[in-house]
Amino acid sequence: MWSLGPIAFGAPWLLLGLIALPILWLLLRAVPPAPTRRRFPGVALLLGLADDESQTDRTPWWLLVLRMLAVAAVILGFAGPVLNPQDDRPGRGPLLVLVDGTWADARDWPRRLDRVEAALRDAASDGRRAALVQLTDLPAEGPVFRDAQAVAQEAAGLVPRPHGPASEAIADWVEALSGDFDTFWLSDGVARDSRADLLAGLEARGIVRVFESPRPIYGLAPPRFEDGTVMLEALRARTVGTAELRVNAIGPDPAGVERRLASETLGFAADEGRATLELSLPPELRNRITRFEVEGVPSAGAVALADDALKRREVALISGGNDREELELLDPLHYLRQALAPSADLVDGTLADVLLANPDVIVLADVATLSALEAEDLEAWVEDGGLLVRFAGPRLAASDVSREALDPLMPVRLRAGGRSIGGAMSWGEPKALAPFDAESPFHGLGIPEDVAVSAQVMAQPDPTLASRVIAQLADGTPLVTRKDAGQGNIVLFHVTANAEWSTLPLSGLFVQMLERLAVSTRPAVPDLEAMEGTNWMPEDVLNAFGVLEDAGALPGVDGSRLANLTPGAEMPPGLYAGEERRIAVNVFNTDSRLQATTWPDRIPVEGLEMARETALKGWLLGGALMLLMLDILAVLALSSRLRGPRAGVAAAVLGLALAGLPTPPQAQEDEAAPPVSEDFAVAATSNVVLAYVETGIPRVDEMSEAGLYGLSNTLFQRTSIEPSMPMGVDPETDELAFFPFLYWPVTADQDLPSRAAYAKLNRYLRTGGMILFDTRDADLARFGSSSPEGQRLQAIARGLDIPPLEPIPQDHVLTRTFYLLQDFPGRHATRDVWVEAAPPDAQAAEGMPFRDLNDGVTPVVIGGNDWAAAWATDETGAPLVPIGRGMAGERQREIAMRFGVNLVMHVLTGNYKSDQVHVPALLDRLGQ
Amino acid sequence: MTERPLTLRGGAEALAAPLPPLLAEAEHLATTVIVGDHGRRRAGLGDTFWQYRPAQYHDERRHIDWRRSAKSDAQFVQDKEWQIAQSVQVWVDQSASMAFTSNEGGVTKADRARVLALATAILLLRGGERVGLTGNLLPPRRGEAQAAQMALLLCEDHPDDFGAPVADGMLHHSRAVFVSDFLGNMDEVERALARAADRDIRGALVQVLDPAEEAFPFDGRTIFESMTGAMRHETLKAGELRERYLDRLAERQARLADLARLSGWQFHTHHTGESATAALLWLYTALERHA
Repeated sequence: MWSLGPIAFGAPWLLLGLIALPILWLLLRAVPPAPTRRRFPGVALLLGLADDESQTDRTPWWLLVLRMLAVAAVILGFAGPVLNPQDDRPGRGPLLVLVDGTWADARDWPRRLDRVEAALRDAASDGRRAALVQLTDLPAEGPVFRDAQAVAQEAAGLVPRPHGPASEAIADWVEALSGDFDTFWLSDGVARDSRADLLAGLEARGIVRVFESPRPIYGLAPPRFEDGTVMLEALRARTVGTAELRVNAIGPDPAGVERRLASETLGFAADEGRATLELSLPPELRNRITRFEVEGVPSAGAVALADDALKRREVALISGGNDREELELLDPLHYLRQALAPSADLVDGTLADVLLANPDVIVLADVATLSALEAEDLEAWVEDGGLLVRFAGPRLAASDVSREALDPLMPVRLRAGGRSIGGAMSWGEPKALAPFDAESPFHGLGIPEDVAVSAQVMAQPDPTLASRVIAQLADGTPLVTRKDAGQGNIVLFHVTANAEWSTLPLSGLFVQMLERLAVSTRPAVPDLEAMEGTNWMPEDVLNAFGVLEDAGALPGVDGSRLANLTPGAEMPPGLYAGEERRIAVNVFNTDSRLQATTWPDRIPVEGLEMARETALKGWLLGGALMLLMLDILAVLALSSRLRGPRAGVAAAVLGLALAGLPTPPQAQEDEAAPPVSEDFAVAATSNVVLAYVETGIPRVDEMSEAGLYGLSNTLFQRTSIEPSMPMGVDPETDELAFFPFLYWPVTADQDLPSRAAYAKLNRYLRTGGMILFDTRDADLARFGSSSPEGQRLQAIARGLDIPPLEPIPQDHVLTRTFYLLQDFPGRHATRDVWVEAAPPDAQAAEGMPFRDLNDGVTPVVIGGNDWAAAWATDETGAPLVPIGRGMAGERQREIAMRFGVNLVMHVLTGNYKSDQVHVPALLDRLGQ
Repeated sequence: MTERPLTLRGGAEALAAPLPPLLAEAEHLATTVIVGDHGRRRAGLGDTFWQYRPAQYHDERRHIDWRRSAKSDAQFVQDKEWQIAQSVQVWVDQSASMAFTSNEGGVTKADRARVLALATAILLLRGGERVGLTGNLLPPRRGEAQAAQMALLLCEDHPDDFGAPVADGMLHHSRAVFVSDFLGNMDEVERALARAADRDIRGALVQVLDPAEEAFPFDGRTIFESMTGAMRHETLKAGELRERYLDRLAERQARLADLARLSGWQFHTHHTGESATAALLWLYTALERHA
């Protein structure tokens, strides 16, 4: 290249074309623009007029200058000018190309490879021999100098390693160097102790040039879990100025697809090399995270793997029995909560909701029977690998679960009744625990003296019993039994979870037993002595680009090497699995440092400040094009053709040419999914609405609607409840939560609801809704299985979570919520109405004429009196269905209406009328 | 009868094609000016009342207006206004130079001249005058049919470059209208006006010009040609010619004005860019003067 100041020309002989410019000037000048012809009648007046100046047939000078400039720009452009050209590099002798090849190189690896190839090709064109050495993969002998072209072809096979170079290996290699050679060192920019010695050794042999990329190097320290948040530290090598990073947490979603679970930005303050990020994530997300990555940096140092240290067990606690306001210490779950809260995440809720959260452990405290659907779901969950821990209690003892046949959710068969020791009616004293034997998971735990069991349920002696016992009393009675079911276990503690039957929950042994059962989380880092002699197999390893790959057939690692937690050639970073846990080895430890290299001034470092070559060819040719376009416009203007509409067009073209940038495509906005059936929700919730379940049979549905219409009218007239028109609902499709009360007429051939509908109905019942089941055949059959409707009702109710039922007692709150009633007739006048059973120990308080039975609203009322027919009226208010005969029939209709009013009042107010404040008025009314 | 009926009809329709639009336009223009039967403002033969005058010995008794006479002692006779149809003869320049228009699809000078002339004729015919063309083809007659005839004859185009006013066949003591661009030979115009003045014909000269001819907006190297291409003038710098051209144009217009004044005629310059109604009004009032 021939250079003129800061500009060098690639094809300088084209510049000779500039000589031709003056000739061009003379030619252009002699050729005038063509004349325009016009038809003009006024030419009669023009005849005889002569032009005064005669040199106006030449091109004007400025047009000439414009054209000359355009041609000159074209010539200069094609001569290939380059601003700030690169210098050649002279040199002779062999060339050693040294590549660091660590994770810090991985980010710009293709660029480095290009640079290596360029250096090797320059060496080849200069006729020098060359050798290529990677520091993380040092060959045993010293560098072998060969033909540079051959080495350049091998360069493409270089692969970076995820760890740094081993310092002893480097020291040995430096000792083994011999001969004189120049070095071209592609350094990764991370300061290491081994660099100084290596540099000294190489400088003793010849000139050293260094290539470093100016890009910043980021690293991520392993995550820690502290106080409910995940702490992440990020490191950077060059601390100039501020920087912002985006850190992503990656893990599988519930479907197993790997996804970005959380993402946060992290900012480095100026001149700071470390920055901390606190992530507070919900436990489900946190347990699923497998690694943290810095976005946009494909290097192993920017990936931090998360192992079991981040996972906490998720334990769900479910107790049998309804919500009774009991003393806290009697609550079966209290001791469990105290034991588990520090080390595990607790989940409360109903079984259906809890199964959705997919916990690790479910604890059922004194739960005897489960509905068939729930039992099925629970079995499926246990088979999938869940741990079910059950505690006994009065309910389990009173029920007949697992008595004749082994219940799939119980580890052993139980004997009827229980065993009471040390109580008032027993012979002996409370028994202590026997020491745990070797196969039990509790082996090794010390038993405090104050642990005594005074009552428990007994296991049926069985051939399989002995293999399932993992803890027993001093006299050999099984205390804790366990069985495997699929991939999970079922464990039964034969005592209660509170201190009623034993003092076990009061002791520290309880916490240790739960921990041994893997109910709580393991501690974070194992200690060194425990690791000696253990063998850890790599499951997944990180390559230098930060990609997690399967380990394949890599050899295992001894525990003492693993405890070091520094990766090397024999232990690449990744996840190592031991017997019962996994440990992650990352590029950085919690106390690693990341510093940038500092080179002495005598070493030329390439890649940091380099004046870049700019090619001017494009600019010059573009400029020539613009000038030629201006020339077109100028010629048009000269021959005065640029008048009128042409001027407008020319201006528009000029404007477009100058503006002409394509606008970026506008991002599409996500349209939110339109809300579904808003009208239904609005209609249902704007007022109280009584609803009936559609059976599909038009007569029945019409009767239900008319019945609820009559009831709504009555409520409107007599009470402060002002319902809107009744609505029909379909449990499959409609939302049930809008309606306080559902009237369900049972027909003999009704469809059973689907699973989703059952879930909806169960949720409805649990959250305080009431369903009135009406079999409408009380004149034919009593409540039971003797009529088709009754059988249908039983089939439907099998899937629902219905509590124990009893006929309405005389002092149930339904008898006094609005009217004082003792009969609940409809079209039929039987007394067969069933509501939720009262707890067996409910008693009337002093002076109260009724017992305080249920705190909430009875979820179901079941009967067969066909209430809808009794309530049914048409739009004018005339009753639709004849009830009874004569005045007695009308009286029966009136009582049925009153029952309906009572029912709706009960739904909307609960057991308000059981409050003491109503007692005086009630006593007055009752005549006492 | 050598022509087939189809081609005859086609040819006739082609011939008559410009007629309806011209007529329609002229009628439309004419409706912008409301006019009635015009009186001569003197006593004479007519219908409308003019004045009362005392009865003379030669007035017949049945002419005495007894109502007016009863109001006084003398007897009065009603005088009627002299309403006499006068003749107006029109000449429109139909040469090639009139077919010029400076913007594409605009109104040519010929179009404007024809519409103006025909609108005036319609107005005058409605007013009861007799209108015709100069020359021998269409002598002045009354009635609406005359307008159609005039339209037919006006639609023809003549092939020469500039036209000279035709002053043959003009009735004595009538009125005349010459519509042209007057860019041709001025001597012809002078001769025609002289003949008209000999026969005591008064009238109006309307010069129809294109705005480009009035402004001369040309520049650069140009070759000017007349409409048939017979005349050409080449210039290297048209902008330099503008002033001298405009001087010449003004000179010509001044000469026309002088001629008109000397012969008792009116002169007006109309540009095709202006509205035709203004020109029509001027023309109509010009014909009223010196009644």
